[in-house]
Amino acid sequence: MVIEKPGLETVWKWLSAVPDPEIPVISLTDLGIIRDVSWQGDTLEVTVTPTYSGCPATSIINLDIETALRGHGIENLTLKRQLSPAWTTDWLTQSGKAKLEEYGIAPPQPAGGPKHCPRCKSTAVERISQFGSTPCKAQWRCQDCLEPFDYFKCI
Amino acid sequence: MNTPLFEFLCRMGDNTLVLGHRVSEWCGVAPVLEEDIALANTALDLIGQTQLWLGMAGEVEGKDRDADKLAFHRDVWDFRNTLLCEQPNGDFGQTMMRQFLFDTWHLIMLKALAGSSNEQIAAIAEKSVKEVTYHQERSADTVIGLGDGTEESHMRMQKALDKLWPYVGELFIGDEVDAAMVEQGIAPDPASLRTTFDSQLDAVLAEATLTKPADDFAHKGGKTGARHTEHLGHMLTQMQWLQRAYPDASW
Repeated sequence: MVIEKPGLETVWKWLSAVPDPEIPVISLTDLGIIRDVSWQGDTLEVTVTPTYSGCPATSIINLDIETALRGHGIENLTLKRQLSPAWTTDWLTQSGKAKLEEYGIAPPQPAGGPKHCPRCKSTAVERISQFGSTPCKAQWRCQDCLEPFDYFKCI
Repeated sequence: MNTPLFEFLCRMGDNTLVLGHRVSEWCGVAPVLEEDIALANTALDLIGQTQLWLGMAGEVEGKDRDADKLAFHRDVWDFRNTLLCEQPNGDFGQTMMRQFLFDTWHLIMLKALAGSSNEQIAAIAEKSVKEVTYHQERSADTVIGLGDGTEESHMRMQKALDKLWPYVGELFIGDEVDAAMVEQGIAPDPASLRTTFDSQLDAVLAEATLTKPADDFAHKGGKTGARHTEHLGHMLTQMQWLQRAYPDASW
């Protein structure tokens, strides 16, 4: 029997349609956690790196990848965890950062704090807490519109 | 089996497991919501790191024990965490002082482990350094804020430091397991981390207007498992209750 092996570009396209379970406006490829896709013989190997070592979304992400690829007819599939190089917010795509901001989450900045309030764009912002509702976020507040907002931590 | 390596991995994993569980005890009862969330996040990072360390320990041991099995099916004498990690939370100040003392050691240790001859250990350390840098920044800031705060908060932070100080020395005491790790290029000699620790500690304590106790007496027995404090057994009755009542229960 001949097994149809879809091209890697097609697989990447499929993965770019899988949303992050916590922040569904961005995809797993936007997040930059899919490090590699390759065929090992007849088995498709997807290499994934965790954002935070204790992030509870990690197992859901693996499940979502598996479900999506199986839905596209991939039968032989392995998921490989890769810790090094460690995930960095530099791997968030530009479109991912733009989608975060539109969603109300300030994207990470090398300076270590949000550029401006994702709602009113004021630069008068203050940190409420170094941590937020998920391991990847911190809590900030706009001093002009007074709305609290999430900031995607820069790591 | 590389027995010293297994021991070493259990020490790393039990430190993060026991402290992670302790910190999670604050979930829902911290003084303010933001601190509650921060503590829960810190606990989550530590438990995540535990899965990596104890997962690897189980692989090295080769007896079919995974991270869960090691965490929930060992009794107190098999735990290898340092005594500092198992100390009760006390008030919020004491929790943050314990966190600061541990984080400062932890970050120096992980940075050294990032250069380990063992690739898997180096990768776990590289990942953890990012998370622990964040922990240490917050715990140091909090120690400074509360130490150099009100008369009441200053008094409580000094009391916390005095109480926890005798548990700091153990972090730097080496034994034959550490000697084997040094020989294999896997981990640093614990004593070699002390100078960096002291200089970082002194800088934060000075800013926090707190005084380091003069007596360097150190309790030991946690990392070797020879003698834990009475607190660990009590903690395990909570942490392991479900797995003991319903062995191998899963989601």
